[in-house]
Amino acid sequence: MSMLLWILLLPLLSAIVVLSVKTTNARSANMMTAIALSAPLIGLGVLINLAPRVFAGDVLSWQMSWLPQLGLDFSLRLDGLAFLFLCLILGIGALVLFYARYYLHRSDPMARFYASLLLFMQAMIGIVLSGNLLQLWFFWELTSISSFLLISYWSGKSDARKGARMALTITGAGGLALLAGLIMLGQIAGSYDLNEVLAKAQLVQAHADYPLMLGLILLGAFTKSAQFPFHFWLPNAMAAPTPVSAYLHSATMVKAGIFLLMRFYPVLAGTDLWFLLLTVTGLMTLLVGAYFALFQHDIKGLLAYSTISHLGLITLLIGLDTDLALVAAIFHLLNHAIFKASLFMAAGIIDHETGSRDMRKINGLWQFMPVTATLAMVAASAMAGVPLLNGFLSKEMFFTETLHQSVFGSLSWVLPVLATTAAVLSVAYSARFVHDIFFNGQPVGLERIPHEPPRYMRIPMEVLVALCILVGLFPQIIVGSLLQLAAAAALQGQPPVYSLALWHGLNVPLLMSLLAFIGGILLYFNRKQLFLFQAGFTSVRAIYQFEWVMQRLTQLAVKFNRWFDRGSFQFYVSVLLWASVLLCGYPLFNLLSLTGNRELLAFDPVVAVSAFVLVICAVATVLLHRQRLLSLVMISGVGLIISLLFVRYSAPDLALTQLSVEVVTVVLLMLALYFLPHKSVKTSAPSRVLTDLLLAAAFGAVIASLAYAMMTNSVDSIAQYFLENAKTGGGGTNVVNVILVDFRGFDTFGEITVLGIAALGIYKLLTGIPLFKAGADMDGRYWSNDRHPLLLAVVSQALLPLALMVSVYIFFRGHNMPGGGFVAGLITAVALVLQYVAQGVDWVKQRLVLAYPSLIAAGILFAFATGAGSLLVGRPFLTSWFDYFHLPIVGDIELASAMVFDLGVYLTVVGSTLLILANLGKLTTKHRPQENG
Amino acid sequence: MELIIAAIIGLLTCCGVFLILRARTFAVMLGLTMLSYAVNLFIFVSGGLTAGAGAVLGKTETYADPLPQALVLTAIVIGFAMTAFLVVLAIRARAELGNDHVDGQQPQEPR
Repeated sequence: MSMLLWILLLPLLSAIVVLSVKTTNARSANMMTAIALSAPLIGLGVLINLAPRVFAGDVLSWQMSWLPQLGLDFSLRLDGLAFLFLCLILGIGALVLFYARYYLHRSDPMARFYASLLLFMQAMIGIVLSGNLLQLWFFWELTSISSFLLISYWSGKSDARKGARMALTITGAGGLALLAGLIMLGQIAGSYDLNEVLAKAQLVQAHADYPLMLGLILLGAFTKSAQFPFHFWLPNAMAAPTPVSAYLHSATMVKAGIFLLMRFYPVLAGTDLWFLLLTVTGLMTLLVGAYFALFQHDIKGLLAYSTISHLGLITLLIGLDTDLALVAAIFHLLNHAIFKASLFMAAGIIDHETGSRDMRKINGLWQFMPVTATLAMVAASAMAGVPLLNGFLSKEMFFTETLHQSVFGSLSWVLPVLATTAAVLSVAYSARFVHDIFFNGQPVGLERIPHEPPRYMRIPMEVLVALCILVGLFPQIIVGSLLQLAAAAALQGQPPVYSLALWHGLNVPLLMSLLAFIGGILLYFNRKQLFLFQAGFTSVRAIYQFEWVMQRLTQLAVKFNRWFDRGSFQFYVSVLLWASVLLCGYPLFNLLSLTGNRELLAFDPVVAVSAFVLVICAVATVLLHRQRLLSLVMISGVGLIISLLFVRYSAPDLALTQLSVEVVTVVLLMLALYFLPHKSVKTSAPSRVLTDLLLAAAFGAVIASLAYAMMTNSVDSIAQYFLENAKTGGGGTNVVNVILVDFRGFDTFGEITVLGIAALGIYKLLTGIPLFKAGADMDGRYWSNDRHPLLLAVVSQALLPLALMVSVYIFFRGHNMPGGGFVAGLITAVALVLQYVAQGVDWVKQRLVLAYPSLIAAGILFAFATGAGSLLVGRPFLTSWFDYFHLPIVGDIELASAMVFDLGVYLTVVGSTLLILANLGKLTTKHRPQENG
Repeated sequence: MELIIAAIIGLLTCCGVFLILRARTFAVMLGLTMLSYAVNLFIFVSGGLTAGAGAVLGKTETYADPLPQALVLTAIVIGFAMTAFLVVLAIRARAELGNDHVDGQQPQEPR
């Protein structure tokens, strides 16, 4: 059913095309309108094409698997409810797009407007077509964002920016609650697929988390549909261009919350909590909206509060929780969309023609624009619920439903009374809309003399008002089957039996309507008293309150940021370390005893003595850390003892590596001292030392406890696998080396790559370094200009071939005995570094023609080629191969592909180490004072 | 014996952390070196302590866990590369900024 996908994608495509069109004159503006209109019109065509199948009761769907493991599939689903909403979104969307062509001023950026509106249309289509909960949420958020763009369309105006920000904050916060609620719903139901979730009503409602989940989902729906107490964003969103208000804030977006309630009606409704939350919220919203609508002077403000009130009415109907009430809700939703959109269009025309929306100024427009006035009066009558119009029918159904419920027990009579009260207010504000704007004397202080709008600007209104009348006169013919279809889908079953007729005889609902009319008209003509009463309250502007809260929040964030982001490295590190200590230490509280079941090793005096030396060295390093050279000597002692510990505890490979790395590290730090001050200034305050010590001690204690617990508990290790397969699978008896070059070869490949990158990075960092005072140290003392010591030079020259031979030996035996590429590489590097130390950089440079970066590249290439070689014979990357050969004299030898890989490791290690040290060393010599200088 | 080794690891961590929290780059380098000793030992003993066992197949009955050893071996070399990078970064910072404070600027007042 990829047709569904087209309905969804068309607005987006059309938005992209619209953005690429330049509007220079009326013709190009018309063309742009045509392009924008094509999306909803083609969409409607597709929908009509699909209608027979939907009306036959099919649920059309289209799916694309994305992340099925997470329950995330792209899924479109068209049922009766979605069909009705699509008709609204596409139908009213097309009319609004057409209307906007005449509404927008020539200087307004038209492409941006159309593109945002089309984006919004797509988001709405996405909500109603979604067959997956998370996907629904995605489109839900998209409506908030596109609504933000549309409200802030005239971004030069402060109230537009504020209104947009407020709408985004409220609906965005609600969206987050909705996400949490939908995830809970998905987890409870065991699926995010809408079809499956809808079938799990019993499971969901019996779940302990149902109240929380329901609350979160309702929070999303109520914020979006401007329910009390979240209603205040809607009047402030009236800063948007009027077509936006007509489309988003009356016909579609605010109905998204209602849609959500109807969509999940089968799975969520039916509980007392549902009834309570929805009826109370709906009733409050109905009354608050209707009451405040009466006091607005801004035409759009009146319409906004009226919209709030009608949304409350629909919510109340859904909350009443009978099948007929749901039918009434759907019917009223449809009717409200039709008459409210046309009223907003009327407001737009009036604004367009008079330059004002203030009802205190705009009076007596009947004489200037009789056609528009007639249309608006019909629509306003529908809003008031005058017979023969669509609003009357659904209002009668509403009255009937309020009479037929008994959940409030003996107080159930309150509901119809309050409903009638709201209807009285509704009649009163509708009367104000009609009387105050079109009659009531002459206009006051208007900028220009109003007249009828351009002919085409009225067309959308005419269509909608015609619908008001047609639905009012022939409800069964026009919307009967559509309503039935949507109700059946929302209820997930057969729709109830009801009749859509104009005349139900003389009954109580009709009496209530009559009361409402008389009361409303009386109220309107005695409104002066009420206005005076209302003026007694101090006016509270939601926008100021909201901005105040937002500013305080921002200030708080700035304050925190200023405190936290203080530019002190030490502070960041200690925060990070404290967090780690707490996180690592917390689980230790749950451990009863650190000592496990493993048999402990006997006391070993040799280790104890070395440990003692190590402790002295480590503590001395800390104590002497301001005398840098001394601390360097001390820390190298620590490294030495550690390599001894490796020997003791059966790790000769590690001992060899540690020993050779120790040498290069010390050389490195010595070189560093050349460029850095030799002594640290004492700057730390005693309190700082104390807190740092506390942190360090806590960290040490936690780590020591963890280490002890780890050592004394026997664990199931995967070591056995490596021990068993090293010889047979990897062809070597040195298991550590086989792991490095074979089992975990890919890791090693990554590691030598990192090594090479680090070395090259250092190379780059050292080029063009601006050294100052390199001829002397920090205190101004000149470096010694002695020759290189002769004895060292001689010994090192003699040692070089020996060391190289040892490294070759270590390399080759590595597969079966301790050794290997890493160790051999380090030994070679140490031997060459010794030459640098003994003879100086220039001397070595003349004799050793080796480009270290190329050496690194060669090493990594070797390793890569070995790995890629196995691809050639159809095996996975880095599969090793080995075999035994017999050579005369030498005897049996083993050749393994892993050795070539190890050669790569060797070359990279040699290249990187020397690149780092030689470059650092070179800097020290370049600036050295000459011997006779 | 395990107790002594654990204590050593704890002490090295403690010294390393304290040095990392100092204000001068050289101390931080010493601290990181110290901390990498501690980390390497920590990973090494995660396979349990085995004294006098064979490192090579076929020589003895019992073997030490080879996996932590392989991990630590590469960690030692990478640790060197990291220290070297840090050292050069510190040298460069000193050369560009004229001081060796970890924040790149001398504090206004001693803290």
